[in-house]
Amino acid sequence: MDGMVVTGHWTEIGQVVDIPRQGARVVASRIGDIAVFRALDDTVFATLDRCPHKGGPLSQGIVHGHAVTCPLHSWVIDLQSGEAAAPDMGCVKRIPVRVEDGRILLSLPA
Amino acid sequence: MNMISPQRQRLVVIGNGMAGMRTVEELLKRAPQRYDITVFGAEPHPNYDRIALSSVLAGEKTLEQIVINSRDWYAENGIRLIAGDPAVAVDRALKTVTSASGVRLGYDKLLIATGSKPLAPPIPGLGLPGTCAFRDINDVELMLEAARNHRRAVVIGGGLLGLEAAWGLKRRGMGVALVHLMPTLMERQLDTHAGMLLQRDLDKRGIAFFTNGQTEQITGADRATGVKLADGREIEADLVVVAIGIRPNVDLARAMDLEVNRGIVVDDGLRTSEDADIFAVGECIEHRGQVFGLVAPIWEQAKVCAAQLAGEEEAAYVTPALSTRLKITGIDVFSAGALAAADEADEEITFADAARGVYRKLVLRESKIVGAVMYGDVADGGWYFQMLREGTDVAAMRDTLILGRTVATAALGAAAPDPNAAVAALPETAEICGCNGVCKGAITRAIAEKGLTTLEAVRAHTKASASCGSCTPQVESLLALSLGDGFQKAAGEKPMCKCTAHGHDVVRKAIREQEIKSIPEVMRRLDWKNPEGCGSCRPALNFYLLCEWPGEYVDDAQSRFVNERMHANIQKDGTYSVVPRMWGGLTSAKELRAIADVAEKYNVREVKVTGGQRIDLFGVKREDLPAVWRDLNAAGMVSGHAYAKGLRTVKTCVGSTWCRFGTQDSTGMGVQLEKMTWGSWHPHKVKLAVSGCPRNCAEATIKDFGVVAVDSGWELSVGGNGGIHVRATDKLCKVETEAEVLEYCGAFLQLYREEARYLERTAPWVERVGIGYVKRRIVEDAEGRRALHAKFLHSQQFMQDDPWAERAAGGAVAEPFKTLVPAE
Repeated sequence: MDGMVVTGHWTEIGQVVDIPRQGARVVASRIGDIAVFRALDDTVFATLDRCPHKGGPLSQGIVHGHAVTCPLHSWVIDLQSGEAAAPDMGCVKRIPVRVEDGRILLSLPA
Repeated sequence: MNMISPQRQRLVVIGNGMAGMRTVEELLKRAPQRYDITVFGAEPHPNYDRIALSSVLAGEKTLEQIVINSRDWYAENGIRLIAGDPAVAVDRALKTVTSASGVRLGYDKLLIATGSKPLAPPIPGLGLPGTCAFRDINDVELMLEAARNHRRAVVIGGGLLGLEAAWGLKRRGMGVALVHLMPTLMERQLDTHAGMLLQRDLDKRGIAFFTNGQTEQITGADRATGVKLADGREIEADLVVVAIGIRPNVDLARAMDLEVNRGIVVDDGLRTSEDADIFAVGECIEHRGQVFGLVAPIWEQAKVCAAQLAGEEEAAYVTPALSTRLKITGIDVFSAGALAAADEADEEITFADAARGVYRKLVLRESKIVGAVMYGDVADGGWYFQMLREGTDVAAMRDTLILGRTVATAALGAAAPDPNAAVAALPETAEICGCNGVCKGAITRAIAEKGLTTLEAVRAHTKASASCGSCTPQVESLLALSLGDGFQKAAGEKPMCKCTAHGHDVVRKAIREQEIKSIPEVMRRLDWKNPEGCGSCRPALNFYLLCEWPGEYVDDAQSRFVNERMHANIQKDGTYSVVPRMWGGLTSAKELRAIADVAEKYNVREVKVTGGQRIDLFGVKREDLPAVWRDLNAAGMVSGHAYAKGLRTVKTCVGSTWCRFGTQDSTGMGVQLEKMTWGSWHPHKVKLAVSGCPRNCAEATIKDFGVVAVDSGWELSVGGNGGIHVRATDKLCKVETEAEVLEYCGAFLQLYREEARYLERTAPWVERVGIGYVKRRIVEDAEGRRALHAKFLHSQQFMQDDPWAERAAGGAVAEPFKTLVPAE
């Protein structure tokens, strides 16, 4: 496990409806691009937008269930845990996220 | 570090080459504690793969890649390596070895593995700067240096070594002439016919041959300037490589008073005849009158010698049957055993296909194969060789034997040999997957240790067969060999992916017959195991629905692979490349100016002309894509769909408008075809080409749909591919008018869209269904053809909107390109 990025305050980055279902949007941040995913069931996840394999932009992958397939070499990343599906090994940093009244808040480094 | 225990004997190895070190490796496997080992090597390098020197010369491998045992390996195994300091004297009475620098060591057992020396005939001038042999790293470095600084090389010797040297130098950019004493090349491994084919092919690749050529003199005063032949011919050269053969290096053995003939005479236990504590292996020995130059018998010697050193006195060496392959990329030669019938009792069977450059000869004696020579297609070489080694009786398949394994064993019916046998016979170190460098041992270990049972699992764990897939049959054989009955190769069509048990064809049929019109509905009705599918099946389903219900099904962007969703090609750094369409390869000053402006305005990092006659802009950021497109649109350009499993380009030559050979307006025809087909989605990418005459400058015969103009009309052909497996098109038919070209093209593409499986190019699809089937549907069935063409045009009504313009205009479709910025 990577542990979450330890952070300060919650920042609003947009609305759930800004992200297509089974899709993602990119958020610029001081720690680099963050991918914010919206699953078919409207669960929202956030991770660094870098596949643990070769840094591919996970935000551009195909989202299925609570997982995304990286567009560069088809690693499948579990969005809940950040871990790559076996047999690939690797983990992407997750960003704490919460949804309030349809607004998405990320906990970003101060 | 090593305490010398009284039980350990001292083994000294003279020669740090492949034979000596393989013997040491085999010995460590058998009796790791038995000896304290010291190795003397004349070259200042660790042990390397001498056979691969030709690959280093040709630029296919680096010196680092051919090292077999690194210095760390010697240290880890407690072996003392004295490299660059050759052993020069042995005192058999005192049992000591002395090196050039004066190191003197005692031994209990001595192994001589001094290898061979290049044959150096008494040619005046040999030894001048600019002359060398082709034997060791030093020679290769000299040749590479010459290739960098000089232009012309002469190689003397048309055997395996000489040919590989010539090809390597050619690859390095030198002009190369090859002088060979005999009338045909490789005369010891190839018969005259195969030798001539080889010469013809290498001649085409630009090597000049001087056969029947006896070198009289290497000319030059301070440096070689050329070669003079006995018949008066002279060839200029800055480098002369002499590669006419090798002879056993026996100088030290002679000085030691060992029995030496051509090589150091050894018995079946690889012991020298004079001294039971002295062994010899490799190219320096002579066993039962035979000397050695190929690796296979030497590996066998290493095993036997190691067993003897380990105390297994019954181990005995028998020379195995030998086979030869030439290591020149793209030239396939195989040879084993006899080259020709020895007498009237022997039979020769030959097969020649001059057009394909394929030649085979088998020599049979009493219904057994005793020789095989193959040129061009050598895929069955291993199979013939195995039967030769095992003395298989081939009487039952005598009639079809020469046609190769598939035909011959099919004709045999039930008596067919196990198809896995060839893979079973490979050594553990044999490379199975060339793309990812995976050897047989790594695959079998992964199967055993990780409990793998499927091809997919082997791909996931070892990457074998995961790239180009051409080794899939071998990997499946390894699964079958490891698991026995536990491995069932999927019968019929394989499931689409892990989400379903259904194959592509079953799913498409269900979509059509049950009128299923959305991805979730397909998954529900067909019992998908993963309710949302995966990155593999979703794009396939999206295409199948789009193809089946044009104008009705709404494309699901989230089921598109990134390139098709973003309408640009993602690159390894996450930026994109952008390719505007150039109809039939035509462009204008205005378009080029707009492209140049875009390149500067958006900091495009590289501008490249593509193989499809268009311009690729690399390094565009996601956020900039809509703006880039807006600027290109403003100059009249639209998406080139260079990212699509769809119609990519229509390549054309200049045709009758300009070309003095052109018979028709190929450019105009290409533009018409592109106007009809652009924007269409397909199971995989589709490329078209139109050539204005049979010289075929547009390379139409390696395209999915190729058109070649002739005086009387247009020749149409389909199913070509210039990718991993190059495939020339199959001829479809000839038509007379441009309207017919359009109709046949539209009908063919619609048939491909409707019947091929997702990610299946036209080439494998045509091979799977057969060109006869395609002709029946497109050529013979006129009504069906017109209906297919009409369906294609109907579908195109909904497809020919520029996806760039739509997104460049802004609105919801442009949103995904923007980056969100946190509110501060």
